[in-house]
Amino acid sequence: MLNLLGIDNPLELAVIIVGSFILAPVFGMLYRGIDRKLVARMQGRIGPPIIQPFRDIRKLLMKENIIPDGAIQWLFTAAPFIALIASALLLLYIPLFGRGALLGGTGDAILVLYLLIIPSLAFVLGGFASSSPYATVGAQREMVLMMSYEFPLAVVIVTLASRIGLVTNANPFMLATIAANPIWNLVGPLGIVGALILVFTLIVVTIGEAAKVPFDIAEAETEIAGGLLVEYSGRNLSLFYLADIIKAFAMVSLVVALFFPYNLSPLVGIGIPVLAGIVDGLFFLIKVFVVMFLSITLIRTAMARFKISQVSYIYIIAMTLIALVGSILIGIDLLVF
Amino acid sequence: MSLKAFKRALWVYHLNTGSCNGCDIEILAVLTPRYDVERFGIRLVGTPRHADVLLVTGPVIKQMVPRVKRIYAQTPDPKVVMVIGNCGSEGGVFYESYNLAGPIDQIIPVTVYVPGCPPRPEAIIEGVAKAWVKLEQLEQQGVL
Repeated sequence: MLNLLGIDNPLELAVIIVGSFILAPVFGMLYRGIDRKLVARMQGRIGPPIIQPFRDIRKLLMKENIIPDGAIQWLFTAAPFIALIASALLLLYIPLFGRGALLGGTGDAILVLYLLIIPSLAFVLGGFASSSPYATVGAQREMVLMMSYEFPLAVVIVTLASRIGLVTNANPFMLATIAANPIWNLVGPLGIVGALILVFTLIVVTIGEAAKVPFDIAEAETEIAGGLLVEYSGRNLSLFYLADIIKAFAMVSLVVALFFPYNLSPLVGIGIPVLAGIVDGLFFLIKVFVVMFLSITLIRTAMARFKISQVSYIYIIAMTLIALVGSILIGIDLLVF
Repeated sequence: MSLKAFKRALWVYHLNTGSCNGCDIEILAVLTPRYDVERFGIRLVGTPRHADVLLVTGPVIKQMVPRVKRIYAQTPDPKVVMVIGNCGSEGGVFYESYNLAGPIDQIIPVTVYVPGCPPRPEAIIEGVAKAWVKLEQLEQQGVL
């Protein structure tokens, strides 16, 4: 079992399991609370306490769980579980807290790309199964959004992997390989500009993945009354709430794993394993916070929702072109230097 | 389960049953930076399925009766109904008008009345505090 996972030390294994199953969801919820607090402060409000997401979930768990008459019952009930399980699966394949991923040896970035689709797909299934016109409209919008952001995301990951594949014999799609060869160390000045453009693309894709303003067309409370989740209540709603939080955390961790896989402990020279682990874990949390602040909190406060026609255009045409410019710059960098 | 969780995470759904929009604008004022009810965990939601509290405004015109009943039924238990404004409490300026189905408490059970035409935002926040007390009383009686 241990050899299969590629981790020899049982203590290390325990740390990773605790990290991905307990710490990641807890910090995901804390970050959601911090996000709400920061948005409120930027709007000149006081805002909810940062433990508000925990209170929301505790409250939702004691509410009645209604299944509407017109709904497809088994699908309506299964969708929240699929969403939560798929989001939790993501945490097994993405390196967290400066350690390797639990199943990182068996799955690469392409698998993560596919796994990222499943929670959204579960949201869509739940929306269609609830038979509410609002939820159906929301589900259709979510599908359009999903198809739109895949393309720029794929361009980013393929560019990274193809550049890293030139300097190493290991599978360049493995997140561990990407972590061992950070893109910033490989490229010259032109390539760094290209990589910055790719980071920008990935940050815009993160907003879409997390379904936040300005890409929250599928939820759009002011026009389609909460969209996908319009018929969900009680326990089912809390599962979706949690899945959404975990997925946002996983997506931001993916950005960190792809572009900022540095650990602090080798730089400052901490040799003791336990201390180094704690320092790296805290450093990871800071990295995640910075990316989350830039991609979700700041933009959510600064912008209004895009129209549904603009969202597809922005991802499929604009962001893909921007990502291609970044990848061409990295290519030119290879020829010049 | 304790209702302590409830007190700090009330989600509110706003239902207009033929109001003149005065009370509705005061409800929006409660959410603005000046009053900011989100600091108490109170959120305005877009669907009754997510709601703990129904904020009902307006004197209930006849066509709204089945809708009000349906939205009340769609809200998951435990729930609280708050009437905002004079119209919903006892008819207000529309008292005994030919096209009214009466004040809201003749259609669905009401927990808290917030009088005023329109009530000030402070009064609405106090009403929500009364709703918390009511939920606690229900818990002590073992209803929930």
